[in-house]
Amino acid sequence: MKLFTTTALALVLGLAAPALADIKVGATVSETGPASFLGDPEAKTLKLLVEEINAAGGVNGEKIELVLYDDGGDPNKARTFATRLVEDDEVIAVIGGTTTGTSMAIIPVLEDAEIPFISLAGAIEIIDPVRPHTFKTPHTDRMACAKIFEDMKANGYTKIGLISGSDGFGASMRKQCLEIVADYGIEVLADETYGPTDADMTPQLTNIKGKDGIQAVLNPGFGQGPAIVTRNYAQLAVGLPLYQSHGVASDGFIELAGAEAAEGVRLPGTALLVAGLLPESDPQRAVVTAYKDAYEKATGKPVSTFGGYAHDALRILVDAISRAGSAEPSAIRDAIEATSGLVGTTGTVTMSAEDHLGLDLSAFRMLEIENGGWKIVE
Amino acid sequence: MRLSGKATTLLVLMAVIAVAPVFFPSSYYYRVGSLIFVNGLAVTGLVILIGYAGQISLGHAGFAGIGAYACALAPVHLGLHPALAAVLGAALSALIAFLVGRPILRLKGYYLAVASLGFGILVSMVLSNEAWLTGGPDGMAVEEMGLRAALKAIGIDLSNTQFWYAFSGLVLVIGAWLALNLHHSPTGRALRALHGSEVAARTVGVDVARYKLVAFVVSAVYASASGSLLALQNKFITPDVAGFMHSIEMVTMAVLGGAGSVLGAILGAAILTTLPQVLTVFQEYEQLMLGLVMMLVMIFMREGLLPSLARLVRGRGE
Amino acid sequence: MPELLQFLLSGITVGAVYALVALGFTIIYNASDVVNFAQGEFVMLGGMITVFSHAAGLPLPLAALIAIAATAAVGVALNKLAIEPARGAPVVSLIIITIGASIFIRGATQLVFDKQIHRFPAFSGDRPIAVGGATILPQSLWVIAGALAVFFGLWLFFTRTLTGRAVLATANNRIAAQLVGINTNYVMTLSFAMSAAIGALAGVLVTPITMTSYDVGLALALKGFAAAMLGGMGNPKGALAGGLLLGLLEAMTAGYVSSQYKDAAAFVVILAVLFAMPQGLFGRKSTDRV
Repeated sequence: MKLFTTTALALVLGLAAPALADIKVGATVSETGPASFLGDPEAKTLKLLVEEINAAGGVNGEKIELVLYDDGGDPNKARTFATRLVEDDEVIAVIGGTTTGTSMAIIPVLEDAEIPFISLAGAIEIIDPVRPHTFKTPHTDRMACAKIFEDMKANGYTKIGLISGSDGFGASMRKQCLEIVADYGIEVLADETYGPTDADMTPQLTNIKGKDGIQAVLNPGFGQGPAIVTRNYAQLAVGLPLYQSHGVASDGFIELAGAEAAEGVRLPGTALLVAGLLPESDPQRAVVTAYKDAYEKATGKPVSTFGGYAHDALRILVDAISRAGSAEPSAIRDAIEATSGLVGTTGTVTMSAEDHLGLDLSAFRMLEIENGGWKIVE
Repeated sequence: MRLSGKATTLLVLMAVIAVAPVFFPSSYYYRVGSLIFVNGLAVTGLVILIGYAGQISLGHAGFAGIGAYACALAPVHLGLHPALAAVLGAALSALIAFLVGRPILRLKGYYLAVASLGFGILVSMVLSNEAWLTGGPDGMAVEEMGLRAALKAIGIDLSNTQFWYAFSGLVLVIGAWLALNLHHSPTGRALRALHGSEVAARTVGVDVARYKLVAFVVSAVYASASGSLLALQNKFITPDVAGFMHSIEMVTMAVLGGAGSVLGAILGAAILTTLPQVLTVFQEYEQLMLGLVMMLVMIFMREGLLPSLARLVRGRGE
Repeated sequence: MPELLQFLLSGITVGAVYALVALGFTIIYNASDVVNFAQGEFVMLGGMITVFSHAAGLPLPLAALIAIAATAAVGVALNKLAIEPARGAPVVSLIIITIGASIFIRGATQLVFDKQIHRFPAFSGDRPIAVGGATILPQSLWVIAGALAVFFGLWLFFTRTLTGRAVLATANNRIAAQLVGINTNYVMTLSFAMSAAIGALAGVLVTPITMTSYDVGLALALKGFAAAMLGGMGNPKGALAGGLLLGLLEAMTAGYVSSQYKDAAAFVVILAVLFAMPQGLFGRKSTDRV
């Protein structure tokens, strides 16, 4: 009898709500390993937002089920998890690839399976050349370089020194900066590197300081490296303007480097970092404030740019699913490509068949550290 | 049943590879299977080095890196077919192993460990630093081998994951067969003699230095082939393949399963390749569990899983 | 020559960090012939526990003491639960056990604490001290002093105290040591506690310079291991010399040759030294047992 009622109930419910099946969204990010500094907030953001969306009734009346794997930053593992998401979990889209290496390993799997993929990594190779099913949310490293060089040019700096981390992030940004630096009439006089776990960068900075004619220094990198560079920079009293990258755009950086050493450091950041400083009229203000409050309340940790990338990826995906009105991968792909005017934490996204990123330089804000806080300089 | 028998080992291996797909619920399992075979190949090489000759290496991922990047670079810069590039990689690995092997293998125990570790780190550093050639830490794409398309042309249509399952399975069987042959050859006997006691082996006239070098070079070729297979399968490669963690992973697989036997080491590869996939259900506890498994097996099954289990079974039978 | 001086100061700072880690390896190695690859995790625990106790409101010195004591307890647990049951296992098994332990400790730390990068204030401020045109941070002096103090402490311990000699005797021949009345179990426990405490002390001293997070242990362990092998495993003199040499090599290569290949240069020198002196610079000669 009981069995009968249960079955009947299930039948009735099934008939009443034919769209009860969940939408399965896959993700593989680097929650552990050398890129966990990036991947951890990404994973937390995805879990948090999926809960939020489901609590608000899901998308198109269906709940989202997040299948999340930790690839530890290993491209080989990332590829295996991508295969698993596609073949075994049968997801309709994949978010992830915290690093460029893991993203590039995932791409062939998803392109073969014709499943949309939104990467969270920086390099331009991910979306250039454009692949039909591959998108990404962070600005490219090249755009960060461009933003910095514009600021340098405006300040009349034409001879600079470069000190970059030898990890994927630093090496990739270094390469892309060197490719476009000449376009801005800027010359790189010193090109130093350091390892991601190094304890002291004074030898490299001494060499930069000793080179005649250098007017400013740029440090592409993420993790503790840039904080140590900034501290050593102050220790040696180099005295030239120091530019950091978007890789350290978080309040944690000021804390690690120390407010005194970090004073005057400039970097291209996103609206997320300066939510409180944005004018009321700024279209991003509401979005970044909501995300920042929710994230900090749920995790007790300060929000980071990288979590923002995951936020935007999920928003773009959910927006596409609701516009497509279906959870078919091909329909979602087309809808993602047609994303227009979507306000995210990194900027306002408008994609096209030729542009699977949909951001321009205006989304970056040149920030300066002042008295242990951020200031928008522009 | 004699588990060490050459024919038995090969039969068990081939049977498992052939029958397993019957139980695969989705083609993702082919991917895991092919990774097991790729790792199994590298680990078979380590059986020769660790199990037969009694030497350690914490740098064999360096050779895997050479094999992998040979497949990535030679087709682009030398116009070689990817399969020939794998052969070139193996030859290069053998040459490098021959050159560094002699001085390194004079060292013992932890000194050998740190020297081999240093070698592996040097290789991964070159791969990561010479970005103009290798694409740096973000890695580079690898050309398609084309064999799958050729098979399709003659009517054998396999999916990508199926093809790599079959192909790496085949390579592993060949690798295991060669390793088992070596075990039963005069060289194999000499290796086991020096494993028992170098001094004793030297006294009875075994050229200790030469045989250690043979084991080192052969195991380097296995690691290189495994790196090549990985690169060709993934069509994308990063310097992680040559990294310290990969070296440790390979040694752990071999020792965990039982470095003394080919089948045991491959079992170790199977367990450590599958474990992270199974542990995803524990989410945040994954690392904790992995460390725990490594410690428990090494403490309670000192010779490795397979030999310990085999003894248990035999013990029951008596 | 202010550049050379700056490179030297940098090399000594980094070298002292390596030396502190390397010194931690020596006691356990001396007592049990085990190279403990989880030594880096002790350094990490020292830093992380201090960070979180300090953040919880404890004064820094107390937080550091708690971290050192807690880490010493972890060291004892490691010995009791993983090393003692595996006594007599071959080198490669011991390497895997200690690496397993290091993965385990890392996994536990990320659960108990977090995955962010942390730092606590330097003991004597951040005002650089000028030395003939170059500068050094006061915290570097703390690290250097710490390395020297641990070195002298260990040297006295092994040569002047009965317990220290008992440790060496245990390493040399466990059964003979037991026969002459040495409580070898106690010696092992003590060795692991001391090694872990030295590691934690290193973590406390270096965190204001290098920062810390749950996964800094492996890189530190590798460098410390390399330094200890370069100097000759088991000898405090070797650990100190190996660490400083490694740090200086890196700084000089970064300063004068190429910062990209500074780690490579260090390993090339290690390989060269080992080829010429298979026991390291100050290592004890060993003979094969047949």
